[in-house]
Amino acid sequence: MSESNSGGEFEREPVPDSALLGSGKFWGMYAGEHAAGTEFMIGPLFLAAGASLSDLILGLLLGNVLAVLTWRFLVVPIALAKRYTLYYQLERISGGSLVKFYNLVNGLLFCFLAGAMVTVSASAVGVPFGVTFYVPDAFFGLSNPSFTALVAVVGIVIAVVAAGGYERVARFANIAAPWMIAVFAACGIVSLAQLDATSITTLTEGKFWTDAIQTVQDYDGEKSFPFWQIVVFAWLCNGAMHFGMADLTVFRFAKSKASGWAPSIGMFLGHYMAWISAALLLAALLKLQPELAIQELPEGADDVGLPGTVVANPGLLAFQSVGWAGIICVVIAGWTTANPTIYRAGLAFQGILPKSSRTVMTLVAGAVATIAGAFPNLSAQLLGFVGTYGTVLGPMGAVIFVDFYLLKKFGLRDEYALHRGLQVNAAVLIAWLLPVSVGLYLILVKTTMFPDKLFAAYAVIPCWVACGVLYLLLCKLMQKTIPNSESVPADNQESL
Amino acid sequence: MKTLAQITSLITLALMIVPSLLLCTGAVGLDAVKVTALVGTIGWFVATPIWMGHETTS
Repeated sequence: MSESNSGGEFEREPVPDSALLGSGKFWGMYAGEHAAGTEFMIGPLFLAAGASLSDLILGLLLGNVLAVLTWRFLVVPIALAKRYTLYYQLERISGGSLVKFYNLVNGLLFCFLAGAMVTVSASAVGVPFGVTFYVPDAFFGLSNPSFTALVAVVGIVIAVVAAGGYERVARFANIAAPWMIAVFAACGIVSLAQLDATSITTLTEGKFWTDAIQTVQDYDGEKSFPFWQIVVFAWLCNGAMHFGMADLTVFRFAKSKASGWAPSIGMFLGHYMAWISAALLLAALLKLQPELAIQELPEGADDVGLPGTVVANPGLLAFQSVGWAGIICVVIAGWTTANPTIYRAGLAFQGILPKSSRTVMTLVAGAVATIAGAFPNLSAQLLGFVGTYGTVLGPMGAVIFVDFYLLKKFGLRDEYALHRGLQVNAAVLIAWLLPVSVGLYLILVKTTMFPDKLFAAYAVIPCWVACGVLYLLLCKLMQKTIPNSESVPADNQESL
Repeated sequence: MKTLAQITSLITLALMIVPSLLLCTGAVGLDAVKVTALVGTIGWFVATPIWMGHETTS
């Protein structure tokens, strides 16, 4: 799947039959897309959060199966029926101005995701120079000055490369993908050897894992990450892509529905093998050189009576396992993820200010990502961030779902903004923002119902369902009857 | 040339995986794994661009 096709062609028309692609393209794309820098960060967080090995193996299995089914049966049927990009499909339903607002939100979230990747890359670049980082107590707290400076350098390089264009990096990312998957596998196998877990007995006994959890909890206090939480996270960490329908833009090129199974390769290589391998890296480090994974709390940090905290430094973890190849892998994985993300964020910002240059907007996005990357808490709390990402963007998929399947059955007009010439369909705006606001409140603020705040991924489906129901009800209340002949062409819409 | 490059890529991937499996059996040490992984990495990025990725940006 080429970026130019997915982003630069057929943006406001259905993909013609002549441009359709076979399943192989999608399998290759998903394999590369989901074996990324984030996997080095997310895997160890499961161990640090106290997930048991059996829960992790079975929970990730079930969650990834559910994610694949969601892509196949939620996204693909609509993608093949309409063959529009997400943005154009949304524009037809919600109006051009609302899509720009959605794009801005999407762009900002992209920047934060890219920021986490800048942190990951900087962690690897710092290893040869002896620069490590600690995660400060405050969310917007900086790490040590040398690491912050390294983040700035790495972020600037990534932003400048992104501003130079996308295609060379995309090609490089495609070439690197199979090698990265091999490095992930090697890391996992080496870690098992380092943990002396090389027989069926030791693997099934799992003592190497419980010992690592115990070490983590000696420092970080008791935590738990139960089975269903793992299932929900694995299912919904890409909520914006499947429940949120972002991958309509990808699957509109699919020749057949069979392409909808392609995400399974990304899920089971990237979100299964790679996550477990990355978690094993931390377990091995805690066994062999715990002093490298445990950092004493800095002076002035909030002292809660614990001797220190466990920090998963992706570069260090990979270096201890497979040496320089590991460092190169973390740098490339972080870079090839951050680069297109910054590029897409730049395009989103350019959509808000159409007269601005793409280069300038990409540099702005890069600057935001670099600033975000300087706060290590962002990558340390990546489990929460990706859930929040799905909570914010996912519900828009419910609007598309209801518009496609239900509105006509209820005697209502689908693609209402297109037919009424609206720039903002208020029904979509309210249906989106209301549940998302409630979801974000519960995620960010401690409440009586959720004294430890709501785990972000738990909010994705309730917000999605609430958004869909609200959209249906609001359409019933707000839509005016439009004879078919009064439809306004999409390119001739006016602000109301 | 293309076939040769593809075979080389395959061998470099094996250099990433096989030594780590041999580490599990105790046949090689960790240092050997690290060296072969680096050799495999260099080999992959030399051989693979010859045959992969030319059509992806078209």
